[in-house]
Amino acid sequence: MTRDAIFEKVRDVLVDALAVDHDEVTPTATLTGDLGAESIDFLDIVFKLEQAFGFKIAQGELFPENVSQDPEYVREGKVTAKGIATLKERMPHADFSEFEKDPQIGKVAEIFTVDAIVRFVERKLGRA
Amino acid sequence: MRWMWIDRIVELEPRRRLVAIKNISLAEEHLHDHFAARPALDGRPARPALPIMPASLIIEGMAQTAGILVGHAEEFREKVILAKIGRAEFDRDVTPGLTLRYTATIQQIDKVGASTAGLVELLDLSDPARAAAEIGRIDLMFSHIDQNMAGLDFPEHNFVFGEGFKTLLRMSGIAVPG
Repeated sequence: MTRDAIFEKVRDVLVDALAVDHDEVTPTATLTGDLGAESIDFLDIVFKLEQAFGFKIAQGELFPENVSQDPEYVREGKVTAKGIATLKERMPHADFSEFEKDPQIGKVAEIFTVDAIVRFVERKLGRA
Repeated sequence: MRWMWIDRIVELEPRRRLVAIKNISLAEEHLHDHFAARPALDGRPARPALPIMPASLIIEGMAQTAGILVGHAEEFREKVILAKIGRAEFDRDVTPGLTLRYTATIQQIDKVGASTAGLVELLDLSDPARAAAEIGRIDLMFSHIDQNMAGLDFPEHNFVFGEGFKTLLRMSGIAVPG
């Protein structure tokens, strides 16, 4: 499956799960900021990706959990170097270059972009 | 028992499918307000009473149907909370004397939650063919909240599946946990 074909399928999943328009789903759009996703939508997206692509996604595989509650990873409202390293390890599909410049915990959702999902799917399908 | 919006479970295939029915009765208080007669006013003609089952309560009926199916899958250990209405479409009004039939099917279920697809049908005893007519589709998502709300504590006992649900299960011939 080509990257464009993956993107098309991811877009269909997000249009369905988040009730957004097709043209709102761009590679750089963030799930929570631009597309209005709430916490339960992440589970919905995981379920719909599993159905669309025919693979299983383990809990925390696409969207890591229990990072923001850990004092080792978050200090004074910022994600620590160790926290960023852990996130990078758990989310090799995400791009952290912007976030690293100002790693406020409130901005962590900005790494969940449409492109991060596309790259996640690519890796799962063994193409990247 | 006031917040029970299904009357009986008629079929259960564990972890797969549950069918429940709800009889619509003119004795239900809410039908007299939804909608009450309106007198002629400011040039608008009078309107007679129009008792119809509120769509929100039809959704609640499906949520209870699907919620029991999802809860039963883990022997009612999980607190199953309706988290999202993915789709709710209705083709016609539901009036007293009719029976709603809800069929919920599990699409996906895992440790943290489940998604279900739901079919709403109408049974009409005055219909000579007695055939069920499809009148709606309701797709839902449920969260197992103990698995999802990290850092938040909920009561130990399962407040979701209380006495009302246990009575419904027992009256439908389904084994009641605990």
